Amino acid sequence: MEEQHGADAAPVVVMRGITKEFPGVIANQDAQFDLREGEVHALVGENGAGKSTLMKILFGLYTPDAGSITMGGSTVRIDSPQTAIDLGIGMVHQHFMLIPSLTVAENISLGMEQKRGPFYDLDAAIEHARQLSTTYGLRVDPSARIRDISVGERQRVEILKSLARGVRVLILDEPTAVLTPQEADELFQVLRGLLRQGMSVVLITHKLREVMNNSDRVTVMRAGKYVGTVDTAATSTEELARMMVGRDILLRVEKGDAQPGAVVLQAMSVTTEHDQGLPAVRGVSFEVRAGEIYGIAGVEGNGQSELLEALTGLRKTSGGSILLNGVHIERASARRRRELGMAHIPEDRLVYGSSESSSIADNAVIGYHYHPPLARRLWLATSRRARWALDLIRRFDIRGARPEAPIGSLSGGNIQKLILAREMSREPNLLVAAQPTRGVDIGAIEFFHRKLVEYRDAGAAILLVSAELSEVLALADRIGVMFDGRIVAEFAGEEATEQDLGLAMLGVSDARRASA
Amino acid sequence: MDDVLSVFDTRLLGPMLRLATPILLAAIGGLYTQQAGVLNIALEGMMLMAAFWAAAGAYFFQSDQVAQNSAWLATLAPWLGLLCAVIASTLLAAVFGLFSIRFGADLVVTGIAINLFAAGGTIVLMQRFFETKGSFSAQGRLPDIRLPFLREVPVLGELFRQQNILLYISIVIVVVAHLVLYRTRFGLRVRSVGENPEAAQTAGIQVRRIQFATVLISGLLCGLAGANLSLGYLGQFTANMTGGRGFIALAAQTFGGATPIGTALASLFFGLADAVSVRLQTRGLPSQFVLMIPYVATVVALVLVSRRRLFHSRHRPSVEVEKAEAKP
Repeated sequence: MEEQHGADAAPVVVMRGITKEFPGVIANQDAQFDLREGEVHALVGENGAGKSTLMKILFGLYTPDAGSITMGGSTVRIDSPQTAIDLGIGMVHQHFMLIPSLTVAENISLGMEQKRGPFYDLDAAIEHARQLSTTYGLRVDPSARIRDISVGERQRVEILKSLARGVRVLILDEPTAVLTPQEADELFQVLRGLLRQGMSVVLITHKLREVMNNSDRVTVMRAGKYVGTVDTAATSTEELARMMVGRDILLRVEKGDAQPGAVVLQAMSVTTEHDQGLPAVRGVSFEVRAGEIYGIAGVEGNGQSELLEALTGLRKTSGGSILLNGVHIERASARRRRELGMAHIPEDRLVYGSSESSSIADNAVIGYHYHPPLARRLWLATSRRARWALDLIRRFDIRGARPEAPIGSLSGGNIQKLILAREMSREPNLLVAAQPTRGVDIGAIEFFHRKLVEYRDAGAAILLVSAELSEVLALADRIGVMFDGRIVAEFAGEEATEQDLGLAMLGVSDARRASA
Repeated sequence: MDDVLSVFDTRLLGPMLRLATPILLAAIGGLYTQQAGVLNIALEGMMLMAAFWAAAGAYFFQSDQVAQNSAWLATLAPWLGLLCAVIASTLLAAVFGLFSIRFGADLVVTGIAINLFAAGGTIVLMQRFFETKGSFSAQGRLPDIRLPFLREVPVLGELFRQQNILLYISIVIVVVAHLVLYRTRFGLRVRSVGENPEAAQTAGIQVRRIQFATVLISGLLCGLAGANLSLGYLGQFTANMTGGRGFIALAAQTFGGATPIGTALASLFFGLADAVSVRLQTRGLPSQFVLMIPYVATVVALVLVSRRRLFHSRHRPSVEVEKAEAKP
């Protein structure tokens, strides 16, 4: 690939000396980036490394405090997304910027609508969407409403929106986070098609394997600063990881064989409904034993969240039973379940896992605050709480945490560490961990993985639900795949492959095989 | 029981339309802002301010000084009153938009401030210019339109025998609102801003400008609504004469699912409740209960809305599930 766009390919965008400071945080410090025509340039770094900020500056969502952006040799000032689009820069955000109740065609044309007389020309919009869709090979139905189409299709609409605006530079922020492996492959095929038409792509990600397979060059950022740019062909996952973290890290989780003991959690034909009353979990049975990690994989929205809520007492079950250490808990309150030895790292760490406006110390004890030594009769032992929190902060290496500071002052990874510390502080015999490493940096991921294995080896039963296939594969001793509210396949950890899991996640029935 | 049912007959239809008109006009105004994601509780205040200026304007242009100088202006007095109402209420809407949308003040707090300002302000003005705290006459009102050829037609005859011109204008406004929201570029942008402002912004739409525009439209329509109250039938302004109709309009807009047609039907329902209330007042029933009827109807309607929402959210996704299952 290097021959087509080698070192002498013209730079389309050059960013130099970019500095951006938010109250209390320097997001970018003297950062730089350059993009050549026809390349996929991966931008990698840990969470909070400033890669999204840098690209939001390029897309005009933030204005830099210092630094310059040049395009085609001349300096440009990008003060709004509209300016960026006019300059040919488009961005596909992590959270899609689409209007659910409008159609694909309406979403694509929004902001640049054609008129016929005094009215909006819907036919022209549909025709335009259809043309774009065929030209670039992005399959979508122009008349479908966004709320009725899949996540992969929504992403294609987002890309079409940029293309419709004549964009030559496309920034993709964590594009594969919401896709199945198959959908991700399809996305990269589409991107290669775009490159042939002279476009350039910036790929923000922290999945290094994806970088190795799909990019031409890689720029690494760390703590808001530029670390370096390398040719993908001349680097390795290990080198990139080292550049990102600043030290060697283990990309593989080192763990011995599981020593499963007694059944700790047993789910039998559990059913539960969505908020709207439709079945979400249609009869799920599995068990988790002491000393093993049971992983649940699946494309988001196939009932995993509802199953977890049913198990942890946040959602009513409509059938089946749940046993924790042999005790029926399907009707028990969340508090009762915790008292029986269940700990829970919720999917949404800011809504369910912590109280954003409370202090780190409060967050370190909440849920256990009414037990001695943190409480005595009616009174909370506030001085003990601070010591308790300090102890957790030290043991879990939560950097930059002071007990009295609001939890919002911590990064996502450190908040998650605090939640883990709190949940494990009572030595539960079951840990339910939902997406424990979503959106946290590599250093914290490594820490989490080590901890989970450590707890497993100490005899805890761990139920791990993760949208990150590699995480499930690396950690789980047994894996159940959820599709459409059921566990459609179960694999032994060591014999599962990404391919098998991916097929089962899509509900392809060939993949069904019981190996447990 | 017969006595209760005898309240409902075709002679209620005329008053129903008459009483629904101001609610409908204000509700369509609230509908625009709602579609753009702006909760406009200032409808009440804007309507009240408009009702005052409609009556005051009509009175002024009717007065001797004006009549002596230019007689033709005096003949137009009610219409000039209407114009004053629209200007006053649009200005008030601009203040509401300036504080809430431009400077980011809380919508509810700003709305309450506008309502309190209008309630107090109209009384102060009335005392200053008309030396009364209760009510004053506008010395005229907007014309009715009679459709004599409908007299013999059973139901339509009752509906349109004698209605104010603003009723006919409001029917046009409903149709226009439907076309604007669902068929024009502006409408598409309004809806996108209301549903996902961030997405609209990244599509290059100026979110606050669109929202401000809808607030101004709601001011304009509240101007018509207020003028309808003071100049439509009574030809006078009374302290606090909106009596919560701005809030009922907000409810009508919600009850109607924030669509023009639905809002029109909901307004008719509230108009009917009002008409029943008026009718029962002549029957010697305890007035406290009778006067309660429009407000009880509002509460009932809002309960129905939330129940319907539950019902919809239970049933609509089934379509999505079927579609998802139909996919290979």
